[in-house]
Amino acid sequence: MTSDNTLHSQAGGPAADSGRIELNPDRTPLYVYGLIMAFGIVAPFIFPSYTTQIALLWLMILFALTWDICGGQMGYNSLGNIFFFGAGMYICAVVQVGMFTDVGTYTSARGGEQLVLDYGDYFFSLIVGTGVAAVGCVILAVVLGRIVFGLRGPYFAIGTLGLALAARELASTWQWIGGGSGIAMPVYPGLPHEKSVVFYIMFLMLAILTFVFLRWLYSTRFALAINAIRDDEEKAEAMGIHTLRHKLVAWSVAAFFLGMSGAVFGNLTGFVEPLEVAFPAATFGIFMVVMALLGGKGTLWGPVIGATLFHIVKEVTWTYLLGWQWVALGLLIVVNVVFFQEGIMGWMQRKWPERFGITVDQRLSASAGGPQSASQGAKEAGQ
Amino acid sequence: MNPTMIAVEKVSKSFGGVRANHEVSISVPEGKITGLIGPNGSGKTTLFNSIVGYHPIDGGSIKFEGREISNLLVPQIARLGLLRTFQQTRIYGEMDCVKNMLISVPHRHTTLADMFRSYSAEQKEKAEALLEFVGLYQKRFLLSGDLSFGQQKLLEFAMALMNEPKVLLLDEPTAGINPTLINGLIDRLKRANEEFGITLFVIEHNMRVIMNLAEHIYCLAHGEMLAEGDPDEIQNDQRVIDAYLGAH
Repeated sequence: MTSDNTLHSQAGGPAADSGRIELNPDRTPLYVYGLIMAFGIVAPFIFPSYTTQIALLWLMILFALTWDICGGQMGYNSLGNIFFFGAGMYICAVVQVGMFTDVGTYTSARGGEQLVLDYGDYFFSLIVGTGVAAVGCVILAVVLGRIVFGLRGPYFAIGTLGLALAARELASTWQWIGGGSGIAMPVYPGLPHEKSVVFYIMFLMLAILTFVFLRWLYSTRFALAINAIRDDEEKAEAMGIHTLRHKLVAWSVAAFFLGMSGAVFGNLTGFVEPLEVAFPAATFGIFMVVMALLGGKGTLWGPVIGATLFHIVKEVTWTYLLGWQWVALGLLIVVNVVFFQEGIMGWMQRKWPERFGITVDQRLSASAGGPQSASQGAKEAGQ
Repeated sequence: MNPTMIAVEKVSKSFGGVRANHEVSISVPEGKITGLIGPNGSGKTTLFNSIVGYHPIDGGSIKFEGREISNLLVPQIARLGLLRTFQQTRIYGEMDCVKNMLISVPHRHTTLADMFRSYSAEQKEKAEALLEFVGLYQKRFLLSGDLSFGQQKLLEFAMALMNEPKVLLLDEPTAGINPTLINGLIDRLKRANEEFGITLFVIEHNMRVIMNLAEHIYCLAHGEMLAEGDPDEIQNDQRVIDAYLGAH
C-alpha cells in the first residue's frame, strides 16, 4: 500500500489531479489578469499622447482573437474576416445617420453637412448602430457561410478574400452609402482628448468582452467540435458531428465581435470610406492572420500575445524606421511563417508539454481493486 | 432468427469504367458479428462507403433497421447509429485521447444549445473507462497524433464505442497491429459485441482473425458476391480458395 502511494506521488503535479477532466482549463494566474486590467485602466492617464495607439492595441487583440476562432481552432484560414469589420462599420454608419436624416440625401452632399449631435443623441445612436451592426454581421455570416464553407483549404482562403474585395467594390459603387467618397460620421460632441479616452474605453471593453466570451466558449463542447473539424473534418462527419452548424456558429461569433469593432472604429475615424477605412484587406485583413500565427494559433493566449508583440513592433518601426517600416514588417512575417510556424504558444507547448497537461499517467487504471485501491484512495483524499 | 440491421439489396457502384460493386446483396443480423472478405480491389471498402453514405450508389437499396438510407448524408447516417472506422485510421491528432473520446459522444439528439454545454461526470467517466478498456488509460492526456499506429487504431475503436452505435462497421481492424496485440483486439471486439450489444460488420484480411470472430462471412471478388456461409463453409469453398490464390 505504502509503496503504491509513493509511486503515485512520484507521478507528480498534473497527473495527481487528473481525476477531474476539464476542457481547456485556463491556468493563467490571477495576477496576470490583474496586471493587464491595471495597465488597461491607467494607460490613457500615464501615456495620454498614446491613447489612440493603445486603443488600437485592444482592437488588434480583438482582431487576432476573432480570426483564431476559424483560422486557428477550426483550421479554416479566412483571409476575408475584414469583411465583417467593414460591413459592421457601414451598417452602423447607415443606422446612425438614418436615425436623424435621409441617408441618400446626406451622402450625396459629400460631407457638406456633417451631423452635429448632442451627447445623448450621439451615444444613443452609436449604441443602437453598434448593436444593429453586430446582429447584421451575424446574419451575413450565416448566409454567406453556407456558400463559402463548401470550400476547403486554400480555396476557402481565396473565397473569403474574394468576399472582402467584392464588398469593397460594391461599397465603392453604391451611391446611396456614399460610393467611393464614403460617409462622414456624426461629429463627436466633446473635445478631441475626451473623444480619444471615450473610444479607448470602448475598445478596451470590446477586447475584454471578446476574450472572456472565447475563454468560456473554449471550455465547452463547441471547442472540441471545431478542433475535431480542424484535425479531420471527414472523420468528424463520419462520427455524426453537425459540422456545418459548428462552422456557421464559429464564423458568426467572429462576425459578431468584428462587426461591433468596425462600428466603433468608424466613429473613431469620423469618416467611413471603402478602401482604407472599412475594408483594408491588405493591412488589417492580413495583420489579423499574422498576429494569430505569431502568438500561436489555436490557443486562447496566442492571439493576445501575438497581437501585442506585433503592434509594438509595428509602432516602433513606424516611428524609428520610417520608410523601411513595411520591409521590417514583411521580414517579421517571413521569419514567422518560414521558421516559426507554431508561434510562441505552440513553441512553449512543445518545449514544456507537461505545463499544458500533456502527461503520462503512472496509474494503469482508474478503478479500485487490488493494488490500485491505494492510489484510488489517495486520489479521493486529494480532492 | 435475429432481425436484420443492415439489408443491402443488389447495390451497384461504378467509378468510370470500373465496376466496383455489381448487384451485391448482404444482410447483417442484429447482435451478431458478420465478416466481409475478398482479395484486394474486390470492392469491400466501396461497399462500406456505399452503406455509410460516403458516395451515392448507382442502383439497388440499402436499409438500416428497415429504413432506406441510401439517400442520406454521412453525418445523418452516423446519427442513426450506424458508424464506421477507417482503414487508414482516423483520429483527431492535435487533441489528447480524452478529448478524442469526449467529442465522440452520440450526436443523435443534439440541439443548437447543446454545443455550448460541458460534459457530464458520467460521460467523462465513460471516456476514461473505455480508454482503460482498450489499454490507453496511462496515455489519455497525450496528443493522439503522437501515439503509435496500433494505439491510434485502438483509440479509434474506443471512440466508436463511445458513440454507442447500434452497428459498427470496422474496416480492417487488425491491419498494422502486431500479432500479440491482435489477440487482445479480437477479445475486445467480442466483448464489445457481447457486453455492449453492438452488431459488428468487419472487413478483414487476416483469415485467422475473421474465422475466429465472425459467425457468418461474405466473400467478394471482382465486385460480385462470390460466396457466403459460416467460417467452415468459407474455408472449404473452392471458389474462395481460387480467388485468394489468383485463379480468377
